[in-house]
Amino acid sequence: MDTNKRFLVGVYDDDDEVLAAVKSVRASGIKVHDVYTPFPVHGLDKAIGHPRTRIPVAAFMFGALGLTCMFLLTLYTMALDWPMNIGGKDFYALPDFIPVMFEFTVLFTAFGMVFTFFISNGLWWGVKPVIFDLRATDDKFVVAIDTGANRKTEAEIEKALRDTGATEVNIKEVVEEAA
Amino acid sequence: MAEHNHHFDPAEMEEWYDFTSSSKRKLIIGMLAGLAILLIGAFMVSKGIGIGIEHAHEHAGHGHEGHEHGLPGWAKRVVANLWMNAEFFTGISVIGMFFVCIQYLSWAGWSSILKRVPEAFPAFLPISGGILIILYFAFGQELFHWRHEGVMDPESEHYDAIIAGKSWYLNNAFFIVRTVLYIGLWYGLWVVLRNLSKQEDAVGGTEWWYKMKNLARVFILVFAVTSSTSAWDWAMSIDTHWFSTMFGWYHFASWHVTGLAVTTLAVISLKEKGYLRWVNENHLHDLGKFMFAFSIFWTYVWFAQFLLIYYANMPEETIYFRERFSGYGGIYKAPFFINLLLGFLFPFLWFMTRDAKRNQTFLKVGASVIIIGHYFDFYQMMMPGLVGANAGFGLIEWGTTLFFASAFIYVISAQLTKASIVAKNHPMLEEAVHHDI
Repeated sequence: MDTNKRFLVGVYDDDDEVLAAVKSVRASGIKVHDVYTPFPVHGLDKAIGHPRTRIPVAAFMFGALGLTCMFLLTLYTMALDWPMNIGGKDFYALPDFIPVMFEFTVLFTAFGMVFTFFISNGLWWGVKPVIFDLRATDDKFVVAIDTGANRKTEAEIEKALRDTGATEVNIKEVVEEAA
Repeated sequence: MAEHNHHFDPAEMEEWYDFTSSSKRKLIIGMLAGLAILLIGAFMVSKGIGIGIEHAHEHAGHGHEGHEHGLPGWAKRVVANLWMNAEFFTGISVIGMFFVCIQYLSWAGWSSILKRVPEAFPAFLPISGGILIILYFAFGQELFHWRHEGVMDPESEHYDAIIAGKSWYLNNAFFIVRTVLYIGLWYGLWVVLRNLSKQEDAVGGTEWWYKMKNLARVFILVFAVTSSTSAWDWAMSIDTHWFSTMFGWYHFASWHVTGLAVTTLAVISLKEKGYLRWVNENHLHDLGKFMFAFSIFWTYVWFAQFLLIYYANMPEETIYFRERFSGYGGIYKAPFFINLLLGFLFPFLWFMTRDAKRNQTFLKVGASVIIIGHYFDFYQMMMPGLVGANAGFGLIEWGTTLFFASAFIYVISAQLTKASIVAKNHPMLEEAVHHDI
């Protein structure tokens, strides 16, 4: 079943304006879905109030996984399955295997973070991006507000956007295909 | 920027550090107490009374180079501690200059707000460098195997062909020239940089920034060579037979991360005294990242040196780690592993999260641990070759370190009063004020 989502899209002309607008709109109790800007605006991520990313936790887990995998692989191949005498050292001469354990920690962390990032942002092949206003890639700053997620009426939200300097307020219907 | 729409006025950035007479008194007491503890410690060790960890009586003459020279064990230990601390603090001082130059070369804006702090560090160079030179003249033969009587003389019974083969580099005159050159170049270039920096305060404009950047180019070129060669001279040549092509980098990495930790501690302590108003958790976060990253860099270089020696397993190379693992009855095993734990494992886990790098208390603890860890790096780098079985960790070590630390803080504080703590006309200062990560 498809669900419709209805967004109010406020369009602003200036990065400082949009930052102040997001703060004041949120202060009046309206939830902001997201803000789209042509360039990064300092402090905007905090102003929107998105929770902090947990990707560093994922990074640590992937790193630990890579370390463990290589530890077990070197242990199995070099000491258990086919022990080899190299330079008269112990079969499991740990320092020799630290470089490969290090490299796989880095590799797993890097790839793990990239894939976690893509998946958690819903970016995979064939996805059609929701574009609230194409001019957000040019010179406009766009605030999207999900009307369904807010208790306030559309008129109230529109007024809040206009009062904070939005030059236009448009309506955008998004059809989300049921997963 | 509506958010930051306050009027930015360089004149308002000016802050003058007040080196109060009570802190002066405390630091002078620290220096005197350090000297007193050193002397008491030396006296007690010479009489065979131990406080702390003393090994002097246990394993006389085990392993290392063989011949006994001149001074008694306790006196050697005093000289060795002075040398080690002078070398350690020389490093911290010159890293102040290195840090500032790196900031100029990388067009860094964020650090312009705190760059005056590391900029003050090289003021200690004439003192620590002077101590190095005096110690070399007075006790060169005690410190360095290659200065021993007859090692270069084919007629002598002490003749050592391997050391004699290095005589073109390791000889008295060339060593003195090099040491004077290192200290002179580092200090001289710093004096020029410091004057340009003060002129920038007085006159303003961007030309000073470009001049300092050009000077930074020169210093980085000089330091690229001298950071390695000074490590060979002052640290590696103690174990004269042994050499490692990785040693210069390893030694520099240890200096560098210690210098960054000292910078962080100095910035935080100034902040706690009410200075550096515009330094916030974003700037501290960057310093935290520096410490985190360069702790790992140090480990990387340390391990690169260790692994090749371990893997190749050549006796003339493995002797270095043999001495530290099991030589002299294993007395260097503790500092060796304390160094690894405090230099790598602790900072690696401690500074891993973002919050830890933005919290002053976390930063202070982490920076202190890094400094202690790298103190033991230099301890285990030099002591086996300098004193061998006569090493210990007691009043002599505490006293020497207290003396050097107090003297360092005194000289740096005095230097900080000579210019505004914030370089008010730095062209990137406004960027630093708005730094947000």
